[in-house]
Amino acid sequence: MSGPEERSVEINGFACRVWEKGIGEPLGVLPGIGGAPRWTPFMEALSGTRRVVVPSLPGFPGALGHDILDSHLDWMIVAHELLVGAGLDGADLVGISVGGAVAADAAAIWPAFVRRLVLISPYGLFDEDDPGVDPFAVRPPDIGQCLSANADAYGAVFGVPENRDRVEWLVTLSRAQEAAARILWPLGDTRLARRLHRVRVPTLLLWGDRDRVIPRSYADKFVAGIGGETRIRTISDAGHLADIDQPAAASAAIREFLD
Amino acid sequence: MKVLWFHLMPYTELPDDFRDNHHSVWVDIDSTLFDPQRAHQMYNDFFDELEFAADVGFDGVCVNEHHNNGYGLMPSPNLVGSALARATTDAAILILGNSLALYNPPLRVAEEMAMIDCISGGRMIAGFPIGTPMDTCFAYGQNPSTLRQRYLEAHDVIMRAWREEDVFSFNGRFNQLRYVNIWPRPVQKPHPPVWIPGGGANETLRWCVDNDYVFCALSYFGYDAAQGVLDAYKRETDAGGKEQNPFRSGYLQFVGVAETHAEAERIYREPAEYFYARCLHLYPGFTDAPGYRTESTIRRQIAAARPGGGVAALGTMGAPKLEDIVERGYLVLGEPDEVADRLREIAEDLNVGNLMTLLQFGNMDRDTANYNTHLFAQRVMPQISGLFEDEWEHHWWPNPMPRQKRTLPQAVAV
Repeated sequence: MSGPEERSVEINGFACRVWEKGIGEPLGVLPGIGGAPRWTPFMEALSGTRRVVVPSLPGFPGALGHDILDSHLDWMIVAHELLVGAGLDGADLVGISVGGAVAADAAAIWPAFVRRLVLISPYGLFDEDDPGVDPFAVRPPDIGQCLSANADAYGAVFGVPENRDRVEWLVTLSRAQEAAARILWPLGDTRLARRLHRVRVPTLLLWGDRDRVIPRSYADKFVAGIGGETRIRTISDAGHLADIDQPAAASAAIREFLD
Repeated sequence: MKVLWFHLMPYTELPDDFRDNHHSVWVDIDSTLFDPQRAHQMYNDFFDELEFAADVGFDGVCVNEHHNNGYGLMPSPNLVGSALARATTDAAILILGNSLALYNPPLRVAEEMAMIDCISGGRMIAGFPIGTPMDTCFAYGQNPSTLRQRYLEAHDVIMRAWREEDVFSFNGRFNQLRYVNIWPRPVQKPHPPVWIPGGGANETLRWCVDNDYVFCALSYFGYDAAQGVLDAYKRETDAGGKEQNPFRSGYLQFVGVAETHAEAERIYREPAEYFYARCLHLYPGFTDAPGYRTESTIRRQIAAARPGGGVAALGTMGAPKLEDIVERGYLVLGEPDEVADRLREIAEDLNVGNLMTLLQFGNMDRDTANYNTHLFAQRVMPQISGLFEDEWEHHWWPNPMPRQKRTLPQAVAV
């Protein structure tokens, strides 16, 4: 597959990478924990019918500037600027994991900003009685096992490429972990529950059936909280990052929802 | 050389199967293992040991802060420091220290330390660690990515609160304070000495040099672990144009002294093996949190194929035997002359003028700890305490009120 076109949007003086591929209506994708160090099979599959636009939030691969963002308001303002800069104002939006928390909040805070919403195992809520596995208390060699149920697929996205500097690649992944933690620490509860009712657009919730990080029970909490029409689809043999683990099934479910 | 007596306050009754059947000594340690009535005894033994150390002539007593921790029963070292300020007369009281980012507002640290400095008549040393990921990020929920920024800002608030004479406002990233005006204020002017314990991030070393603070290499892994860090500190000291005064650095060492080497092995085998096997039985996932290490540290450690870094070693100890513990230099053990020779060698090699000794460790009981402490004070200390004293001035030691002006606890007749 050929790679995406790359440009950048400047946020607070830092260049944030935007990848783009495909034709048709724009479809934004905010990646999950670890970000997008590579163009993924999931993005590729979606780009068959849509113009897929993948902006990198500060600190995630392709973007710096996370360490000046101190509050959730800081992060949401930056997310808004980035999505607007990427041409996604009013577009359909897919948010995965940490990107799901941001996407859901964008739809809640600015109701006309997101057309339809897809959330794949989103962060944002926390249930003391069902906390899930903490991916921030896992050593780097074990993080793949924690986030993914498909080691080969995970390795194909996050493994060190042969032609790249190993140290810098691992530093980039480490920085992405930090950026996610900066948004989510310690529980992943961004107080989204207070605003979730303001999400009134059609919303699809996708969940890996082997997600240990955000348990399946959270899907029901999102459905109960969201003010608009919702549906839940479970992806078989997928962990927390269902887009990485099962790109064909995840993208097919999204196409069906959006078409 | 200044010789200090450091207490970790370990829970001394972790079970024999602790390694096999328990997840971690830190963060999620099983609360059913804690017996408050046994802890009553332990705390009182620990106070006896600290006070005894001060009585037999150690230059200072030293306490630190840990949370959710089976080998460190001091969530608040200030409580212990305050009691020690009353129970001792001349020893320095080193609070090493308060993890500044945990206190909101950080003025709490400025106030409590000022109290201890007043109670002790100016004998307190202020220690400001960033704190381990276990304590700060996992136990206390601080965001690892903002921890250092919060720490540095908290430091600025505290130092200004101590230094400035007028009420002032502080409008920081993390702290907004309209009226900063702490009461009480420290005896020592412009402020108590500041010592920074750390793992050795270059940013921290440079910051210590720039601020003219003492840097303390604290690890449970002896000379070899400290050498690289203190070498880097020497380079930063040179780069900052400061003199290589040994009193600007500190070093922590486990020590076991007895009349003979064989006797020392016999006495200290169990507490040493208890410490390394049980007290350092730590789930590795808690030894780092995303953003806790600086990016330059991460880059350096990945390049050196040491992805875990300093504290990560805590989770990978296994259960070493005494012979390994001594061989690796974690514990300096033997008869008094042997111990004095080795400590002198270490201090000279590392150019360290503040030696923090751990003479109680693991499940060592009070009588054994006091034996170790007494023998050290009588037979080891005289051989090493003169080190560096003629050549260098200690600019980072407390400057208390004159002895005749200080008051002592008075019993009031009923």
